[in-house]
Amino acid sequence: MAGGKTVLAGGNTKSWKLLLGLRIFAFMATLAAAIVMALNKETKTLVVATIGTVPIKATLTAKFQHTPAFVFFVIANVMASFHNLLMIALQIFSPKLEHKGLHVLSIAILDMLNATLVSAAANAAVFVAELGKNGNKHAKWNKVCDRFATYCDHGAGALIAAFAGVILMILVSGVSISRLLFNSNKFSTTKAPATATDVP
Amino acid sequence: MVKLTQRLGGLVLRFAAFCAALGAVIAMITSRERSSFFVLSLVAKYSDLAAFKYFVIANAIVSVYSFLVLFLPKESLLWKFVVVLDLMVTMLLTSSLSAAVAVAQVGKRGNANAGWLPICGQVPRFCDQITGALIAGLVALVLYVFLLIFSIHHVVDPFLLRKS
Repeated sequence: MAGGKTVLAGGNTKSWKLLLGLRIFAFMATLAAAIVMALNKETKTLVVATIGTVPIKATLTAKFQHTPAFVFFVIANVMASFHNLLMIALQIFSPKLEHKGLHVLSIAILDMLNATLVSAAANAAVFVAELGKNGNKHAKWNKVCDRFATYCDHGAGALIAAFAGVILMILVSGVSISRLLFNSNKFSTTKAPATATDVP
Repeated sequence: MVKLTQRLGGLVLRFAAFCAALGAVIAMITSRERSSFFVLSLVAKYSDLAAFKYFVIANAIVSVYSFLVLFLPKESLLWKFVVVLDLMVTMLLTSSLSAAVAVAQVGKRGNANAGWLPICGQVPRFCDQITGALIAGLVALVLYVFLLIFSIHHVVDPFLLRKS
């Protein structure tokens, strides 16, 4: 009776706890990446030219909004952390709904989409940051990091957090897909489940 | 009959994704332009930028993978593994396309705050070919998203449509 349907939805199965734990870490990682990159700003007064013996100083600011790739990075990480928050809330507050097929499928698909989104954002930001760090001789683009070292360091921290978020989101998608597999196997066989087997 | 059209649809999608990924690789590899102003001569190749190299490598991996999966027989047990690999390949495609687009956008518009000048004005044909390669990469990505949903449907049957 209760063995079949509620064993997947119950709060004490291993895959439920694993999924919740992974989601909490993924939420923290993507949120940290978004916040660190959004607050990334450095202002410096630099000497841009020298006329005779008078150096001309200009105050330059490095902000994350200057680069579209970083803007996409912040937006994508905010969206992924919001998705994780929503899924955590769903898991904690309504475990009864989870045995319907469409519900589990849509959770799996949303997890995959968000994993892809975070990976795209992190990758775009890393390549543009590499351009800023090393410059490009062929296109005659100068390095930025030798003058704005703190900006680059904070950006690097945000990128590391985002890549940790990518790995965690891949794991979350993997667990969601395996729950989908288990769910459909459970219901496509017409034998009544006699023993309550734990979700592997 | 339905199963045959499904299988055929899957094969057609995968072949189209293979062609799109291969087209992206070829378009990017053959983009090379020399522009000269005064005595300076600038050669623009795809390998100057790391993001484009990553794009070429990722799309090459994807085209080889799709070619191999085209020959997988229908009842093989490897289809469950194909779901996981399809997800990995979709993520690879999105990340490579996103990195290449980000860097190409810097090349086209420059970055006034960093003092980076756009290079598309000097090598327009190179830029057009890169744009074509990126569009082919986008087509491959869209096809792979459909293929991912298709593989999941093939393995899992989440709506319980098949009677056992």
